[in-house]
Amino acid sequence: MRIELVKRPQRSALFSALSPFIALALTLVAGAIMFSLLGKNPLDALYYYFIDPLREVWSLHELAVKAAPLILIAIGLSVCFLSNNWNIGAEGQFIMGAVAGSILPVMYPDFQSWVVLPLMLIMGMAGGAAYAAVPALLKTRFNTNEILTSLMLVYVAQLFLDWMVRGPWRNPQGMNFPETRNFHEYAILPEIWASSGRAHWGFIFALVAAVAVWFMLSKTLRGYEVKVLGQSPRAGRFAGFSSAKMVFFAFVVSGALAGLAGISEVSGAIGQLRPTISPGYGFTAIIVAFLGRLNPLGIVAAGLVLALSYLGGEAAQISIGVSDKVARAFQGLLLFFVLGADTLIHYRIRFVATGSRKLEASHGNA
Amino acid sequence: MGMLEAILITIATAATPLLIAAIGELVVERSGVLNLGVEGMMVMGAVTGFGVALISGSPWLGFLAAILVGALFSLLFAFLTLTLVTNQVATGLALTLLGLGVSGMLGESFVGLPGVKLGSIYIPVLTDLPLVGKFLFGQDPIFYLSLLLTGSVGYFLFRTRAGLTLRSVGDNHASAHALGINVILIRYLAVMFGGACAGLAGGYLSIVYTPQWVENMTAGRGWIALALVVFASWRPWRVLAGAYLFGAVTIGQLHAQALGIGVPSQLLSSLPYLATVVVLVLISGNRRLTMVNTPASLGRPFVPDR
Amino acid sequence: MKKTILSFATAAAVMAFGTLAAEAKVKACWIYVGPIGDFGYSYQHHQGLLEVQKELGDQVETAYLESVPEGADAERALERFARSGCNIIFATSFGFMDATNKVAGRFPDVKFEHATGYKREHPNVATYNSKFHEGRYVQGVIAAKVSKTGVAGYIASFPIPEVVLGINAFMLGAQSVNPDFKVKVVWANTWYDAGKEADAAKALIDQGVDVITQHTDSTAPMQVATERGVKAFGQATDMIKFGPETQLTAIVDDWGPYYVKRVKAVIDGTWQQHDVWDGMKEGNVVMAPFTNMPDDAKKAAEEITAKITSGEFNPYTGPIFKQDGSEWLKPGEVADNGTLLGLNFYVKGVDDKLPQ
Repeated sequence: MRIELVKRPQRSALFSALSPFIALALTLVAGAIMFSLLGKNPLDALYYYFIDPLREVWSLHELAVKAAPLILIAIGLSVCFLSNNWNIGAEGQFIMGAVAGSILPVMYPDFQSWVVLPLMLIMGMAGGAAYAAVPALLKTRFNTNEILTSLMLVYVAQLFLDWMVRGPWRNPQGMNFPETRNFHEYAILPEIWASSGRAHWGFIFALVAAVAVWFMLSKTLRGYEVKVLGQSPRAGRFAGFSSAKMVFFAFVVSGALAGLAGISEVSGAIGQLRPTISPGYGFTAIIVAFLGRLNPLGIVAAGLVLALSYLGGEAAQISIGVSDKVARAFQGLLLFFVLGADTLIHYRIRFVATGSRKLEASHGNA
Repeated sequence: MGMLEAILITIATAATPLLIAAIGELVVERSGVLNLGVEGMMVMGAVTGFGVALISGSPWLGFLAAILVGALFSLLFAFLTLTLVTNQVATGLALTLLGLGVSGMLGESFVGLPGVKLGSIYIPVLTDLPLVGKFLFGQDPIFYLSLLLTGSVGYFLFRTRAGLTLRSVGDNHASAHALGINVILIRYLAVMFGGACAGLAGGYLSIVYTPQWVENMTAGRGWIALALVVFASWRPWRVLAGAYLFGAVTIGQLHAQALGIGVPSQLLSSLPYLATVVVLVLISGNRRLTMVNTPASLGRPFVPDR
Repeated sequence: MKKTILSFATAAAVMAFGTLAAEAKVKACWIYVGPIGDFGYSYQHHQGLLEVQKELGDQVETAYLESVPEGADAERALERFARSGCNIIFATSFGFMDATNKVAGRFPDVKFEHATGYKREHPNVATYNSKFHEGRYVQGVIAAKVSKTGVAGYIASFPIPEVVLGINAFMLGAQSVNPDFKVKVVWANTWYDAGKEADAAKALIDQGVDVITQHTDSTAPMQVATERGVKAFGQATDMIKFGPETQLTAIVDDWGPYYVKRVKAVIDGTWQQHDVWDGMKEGNVVMAPFTNMPDDAKKAAEEITAKITSGEFNPYTGPIFKQDGSEWLKPGEVADNGTLLGLNFYVKGVDDKLPQ
């Protein structure tokens, strides 16, 4: 038996809506099997993964904290990926945004005023954008592959941050431990609803960015340009669009959003710079971008789902002793099913018995 | 053994897993498929290679298992991206995530156990030659295999009909299909070859390089291998050069530290990455050279019309 | 739904009978920065958890979270533990310090124990640490006795005070035997990456060191040393299996006794905030058997270990000079813990430069 795909004349609205649920159902089944094999009650495990983190208000706040950077970065990446620019280095742009945004509270701690926070956010975006402009420049000027340069720059950014917090920016009152001084109160991104949990304005930024980029992509000429150049650079050039400018536009937008995510994380959730400020948000966001089908609004949902799987993984680890490796494997499975189920939107799947093709062929010969 | 020779051998050991994984990925990309799951396949190879070598006592069985598991694991990616035409970038990342998770689960009982090591070869007289004897004739067998692999892949891709077919699939899958070539089948085979190589590279880590199992022991080497393929503009011998350059800078910075030159270690540690970018910029400046070699259909999904 | 009702019922029960907890189980929880499969730092903390289970049996219930990133995730992990009924929470990495203090402020009834830090902003936060550098001093003595080239190699992770403290102690120990002893330092910039640590060990050996010590977690340097025929010290755990002919000794982090003591204190209701820095004397730092060395080296090692264990000798006793030759400690002067915890300079003889 073979599997054959038949392209639908247009994307199926039915499966567009249905495919996330098909994926979820398949994930639940596969997860149940996996947990049974590990000797855990599958219902308990699935409960801790998907329901438990949603039961309490503080946990919803945590969900927003975890999802905010993922969503912000992924929205920027969607512009890159739609325009066929493969920015794999958002992790580095996140870090550089955080570093640039921290210049004021770390180097000028006595400058305390309400303008500090807006300046920090702007500098964070600028830092991320500038760092993202490097692969863009190399791509347009020297034809250098951006996958490689943006990825290499991640390692450089990580080591740069490491050096900063151990060397020049080390907290003078910090017993020589590798961290900067704690940000003063004017440099802290406030919580949205402080009495109930610690979700900060980063989540609001993510939602605003989602709407803004969605609008840009679907309602403006610039958005049209992004998609045309992404699908066919030749056609784009005939239409008078410049692909070099588009490379910069895509990288700068995604760098700025990654930088905003970085400074929001540092000033909202951590409160100082440390050697590690990201558990790989820049890479996870690539997955989020594709889970959300490169649609900014879909990305919001995808970011929340992925954040939930992290929180659920912890809940399961504590409650029924499922190790965190299982959580990661489970995330991988979830992604496979979501990606696989999306195939149904554009294609009909046909199962063909192996014999039938021969039959067809012999028929043709006759 | 002289100091220079010892350093050369150290560089060779650091470069070999990168080379093997990158050569595999090169074949995959030449067929028009971008598999970002190298890290995941590598770590799966590392854990099974270690486990099988430990249980059977034979490093060779370990390598065999690593190759098999790498190929099988890549089949998952192939099914999704080739049969179900999912996005290759996202699927590759998912494969890495799954590999890191599953290998951690499988390896839980291997933690803290010394592994079975595959030793170096010894040829009387030749290995004892001064200055170069150990480097040329006294390394582990996989080192030689990696060179053989590079040569054979180069020969296969550019000197055989099958290689031409594979490249034509990567350059223009539509016209290859029109010529009656089974695009999907060739891509399946290429992906599995890439998986087998990644598995072998992982096994090299846990059987030769550092005979032990530690979670996430690939530590980003799969990503470096991916970068090397682009760096080499999809040419096998340039992958070899890139892997050894990367290894040399990595080892060189450790020596610079041991000599106490007083430069921040973070700067030294970032040198291999910076060097890769700089060399790439120099190479890519020559447009003719890179454009000719880039597989034009790289990363594009293919569904045969019926 | 049923679950919700059930957990409400449990919550109510806990509230009603919370004061009678002496009868009920005490829940002790750990968060680790790495995977318990690292066979190093987090692995050793987990061994401590297992010892608590063994020693206290039915009286205690345990839970842990591994691979918790230092950053925004730590605070969530701690809060989850506090809310899930943990009575005492061990945050086992320096980077959890601020998160621990924040969460401790919100949960005054839960005891928090933070490893290797210095902030205690609430009465329910205690700090604990181990004097690993005492073991480093012993290693230095052995290295100077065993080495033929007079140069040892030191694979370091990150320039934090704890690591600097170890390098200095090693140097001081070696100088007590051979004043001209040299130490070459290589920073791997990682806590564990087996391949990188192996490369560092090879580079050091190629440059002529014949004893290797490490402040990174993997066993790779031990294996490389075995292959190249030099000696090495184990780190965090007894690594003798990885180098039966190679390991001279190992510094074993034994957190078990401390964890048992503290969990017991919660059970008895005698838990109090403190700031302890235990070492060989209290059994936190244990030397693995002295192997693969001549008798006089073994004898010297045993003597100095006994002296440190009895409290008769402190490795940081003057006269000690800084790297630039200026005097740091006068003869007989002992460094205070505060200075040591934040130590940021080398002693005379170390061949390396610290990032400033």
